[in-house]
Amino acid sequence: MSSSVTIKRGWSGFADRLFPRLSGPVIAAICITIFLFGFLILPVAKVIYVAFLDPGTGAFTLQNFGDFFSSSLFRESFFNSFYASAMSVVLATIIALPLAYITTRFEFSGSTVIQSLGFIPLIMPPFVGAVAMQLLFGRNGTINLLLADYGINIPFMEGLNGVILVQSVHYFPFILINLSTSLRNIDRSMEESAQNLGAHGFRLFRRVVFPLASPGYLAGAALVFIKVFDDLGTPLLLNVNNMLAPQAYLRITSIGISDPMGYVISFILVAFSVFSLWVSFLFMRGKDYTTTQKGGGGLARRSLSPSENLLAYAIVGLILLLVLSPHIALLLLAFGTIWSFAPLPDGYTIQNFVDMFSQSGGYIMNTLIYAGAAAFLDIILGTAIAYIVLRTKLVGRQWLDYMATAALAIPGVVLGIGYLRTFNDFDVPLIGKPLASWWVIIVIALTIRRLPYALRACMAALQQISLSLEEAAESLGATKGSTIRRVVVPLMSGGILAGFVTSFATAAVELSATLMLVSSANDAPLSYGIYVFMQTPSGRGTGAALGILAVVIVALGTLTAQFIIDKERKNRSGSEAA
Amino acid sequence: MKFLTRALSASALVVSLATPALAAEKLVVVTSFPVTLTGPFEAAFEKKYPNVDVEIINKSTSSGVKYIQETASSNTTDLFWASAPDAFEVLKNDGLLLKTGIANEQIPDNISGFPMNDPEGYYQGFAAAGYGIMYNERYLAAKKLPVPAEWEDLAKPEYFGHVGMSAPSRSGTTHLTVEALLQGDGWEDGWAKWKFIAGNFSTVTERSFGVPDGVNSGQTGLGIVIDFFGLASKASGFPVDFVYPSTTAIVPANVGIVKNAPNAEIAADFVKFLLSTEGQEILMLPEIRRLPVNVDAYKNTPEGFPNPFDGSIKATVNFDVDLSGQRYNVVNSLFDVMITYRLNDLQKAVQAVQKAEKKLGSQNNAEAQKLIDEARALIAAMPVDKARAHDPEFVAIFKQKRKAATDVVEGRQAQIEQQWDAEVVANYAKATELADRAASLL
Repeated sequence: MSSSVTIKRGWSGFADRLFPRLSGPVIAAICITIFLFGFLILPVAKVIYVAFLDPGTGAFTLQNFGDFFSSSLFRESFFNSFYASAMSVVLATIIALPLAYITTRFEFSGSTVIQSLGFIPLIMPPFVGAVAMQLLFGRNGTINLLLADYGINIPFMEGLNGVILVQSVHYFPFILINLSTSLRNIDRSMEESAQNLGAHGFRLFRRVVFPLASPGYLAGAALVFIKVFDDLGTPLLLNVNNMLAPQAYLRITSIGISDPMGYVISFILVAFSVFSLWVSFLFMRGKDYTTTQKGGGGLARRSLSPSENLLAYAIVGLILLLVLSPHIALLLLAFGTIWSFAPLPDGYTIQNFVDMFSQSGGYIMNTLIYAGAAAFLDIILGTAIAYIVLRTKLVGRQWLDYMATAALAIPGVVLGIGYLRTFNDFDVPLIGKPLASWWVIIVIALTIRRLPYALRACMAALQQISLSLEEAAESLGATKGSTIRRVVVPLMSGGILAGFVTSFATAAVELSATLMLVSSANDAPLSYGIYVFMQTPSGRGTGAALGILAVVIVALGTLTAQFIIDKERKNRSGSEAA
Repeated sequence: MKFLTRALSASALVVSLATPALAAEKLVVVTSFPVTLTGPFEAAFEKKYPNVDVEIINKSTSSGVKYIQETASSNTTDLFWASAPDAFEVLKNDGLLLKTGIANEQIPDNISGFPMNDPEGYYQGFAAAGYGIMYNERYLAAKKLPVPAEWEDLAKPEYFGHVGMSAPSRSGTTHLTVEALLQGDGWEDGWAKWKFIAGNFSTVTERSFGVPDGVNSGQTGLGIVIDFFGLASKASGFPVDFVYPSTTAIVPANVGIVKNAPNAEIAADFVKFLLSTEGQEILMLPEIRRLPVNVDAYKNTPEGFPNPFDGSIKATVNFDVDLSGQRYNVVNSLFDVMITYRLNDLQKAVQAVQKAEKKLGSQNNAEAQKLIDEARALIAAMPVDKARAHDPEFVAIFKQKRKAATDVVEGRQAQIEQQWDAEVVANYAKATELADRAASLL
């Protein structure tokens, strides 16, 4: 009798060990791990393992890494990439800080303008964006042609300085969006207590406000740093080759050459990105940035005197003029006829838009679906990973974050080749064609490539929420699930929206992986359309028109998302009041 | 979630409605050519074969090659249609092209010394193009620069910082220009000429289309480009023009049927159509502007249309394809190490020499002249001599593709490139120093 009981108990214990009853977060963590393994680690590993092979014999070796560090060109490239990234963070901070400060600290009527225009620099359509920048800032661009009469030529776009300028103008919204969200989440009572204790002005900002907002700032700054370190587009458009990402790209895509160094560099990019992320964690460790009061509108806003208001407008106007200048040039290019070695186009026309609309119907719809779906998946994954990393004690949870963020450092070409290699023989049931040539693969590629943006925003949002709010909900009888649904996610909504915006906006103009994966013109997104137009001299205006359309679509998409979330927030607070 | 499913199903509906009624047969073409070229051919072919629906997929040449390589196991592509012959060589060596042997009697085997078709019949040349110099008229007028006529002119000091070109490792057609000059002038002299031209570069672009783009917007004054880039830009209204130097290479653009093509027969019809007089005449449209390879197509050419058959384009180089193929990767790698990646150092050295020579003028200063000559020799010095560059064992280091697991290659590309790099950087620095010293003597 007793023995049968022990047997039973033994059995159920064994079964429990074999199939432990898994909690929600564990299941989520397993699903996310499988997703990241299947669509990021495995495909990339299938391409990048070449880095560990001896090119002469095919045996495993670390010699290629030795070659990397003994090459003066690669060492120099590494230093250049590091320098450009660090300086871009500094410059992007200088651009973003006043904008974030003015909108969150003062009753400033221009705040909505900043919020709606502030993210546009992120949307730089491929190729046309580069041409527009050159026409404005280039060696013989508008500004330098106008200055030529005075014998001045400002090398905005030359060498590393050009990279730093363009990158900080392009990526400062990462800091702006995350920092403003953080500032808005700060508990007003903190500021008031500081004031009661005698802190004012800059000291108040430096010692209290900024530290409280630092999760958002660090999230943004880490993104800018890693993104600039890994970015390919800008150095290529400025023809700066002595940086790591272009070195990797040039070696991987040269026709007929299969130099393992390209993959070695890719591996080093990934490793260094994870390393910088880890460093940014060290900064945050052991500090508590959470505050309990939520939804109270954040910091107290001071109203501005008329002269201060004017000054604020002047500062904001100048900054916006600088950061939006590429888009102004793009607009001129889209409406211009011929623009060559002249400050402005020779004439203006709407023909480019007529041509564009007659030739690119499908692209627009595809882009909305792909970028929308990818950004949606990104915020779901981002919220889940943030919750698992910050709120559970699962072993190895940090690695979810590292894995997802490593995607930043994978060149799009490598991911594209990896997908073709991995999924070409994998037929999708019912569809009857390989996963690699089904349009869904483009959505997955965009999801993986833009996940780091959404993830950083979600992490920052969750870092600011006090655990005591969740404990309060649970002690009132709410389950873990409903706490997440009814308390955590609503409180994170600002950060989630920021994540959606950055993922959506940048996914809409992604090209490198897309170009590899497009297997039918009907499935192609907008960036592919721009690529096709920009292959011919006559397509430049049309491509610019399509670029403008991309910017408008993304702006509308973002505003809609903002509108939906605002409305929901109002509904919720309304029903709570009733 | 509901929103997403609804959006997805709605979009699926829209996409399915937007797809034109499917014709009976589908021909999938992967190409690097722009719509302005593919569009007219697509329309003309579909008109002739109404039951065929041509689907054009645009990819850059290197993406296209990788795409066909990676999807080979369940191939959906019928045709690969691109310029660079070396891209076709890569596919042919990987066994990814179908041997068709399609030919048209009116197309000669070679034009101006360059073979038009793959001798084994895996791919066919359908159009020719010559290399030359494209320039922005407003730019030259504003900077008071003369129009160059020959490659040598581009090495003159007045063009310092005004010339653009793409790297041969990035663009198969650029590779042929580099190779043509090397074959015309010889290994040492050819490279010296390239380095002194490159000293005048403002940029080395990553895409071959980046060069005409830069000249069109006036960021670069002159560009080394293939003729149709220059002529099509001019036709679109940009203030640019194009000249053929007396030494140019005539290069074919090609088409080949992919192995295991789902529709190989229709693909063959397309290739035949492309090579027929009817198809060849389409090439002369102003927005395409490529040279037909079919002699019959020249019977009614527009006024001033260059004709490689009557000597209006001279190609003096007798192009040796085997030689070019043999040292292909070495030449590309050398160009990148000596020019692309070290452009700043090279510019500095060349500018120092130009300044010293200007100061010297017609003065008779033997010491300064000697220093300048030494500086020039240092800039021109090659880390690899001709014999080594042709040595099959040495070349194998750059191929990296071992045919069998037992193959062993001695030496590594990265190791060798580092040696070259160190040597080149030291030479350029020394040359700058010598030229500066020469200038200080004057």
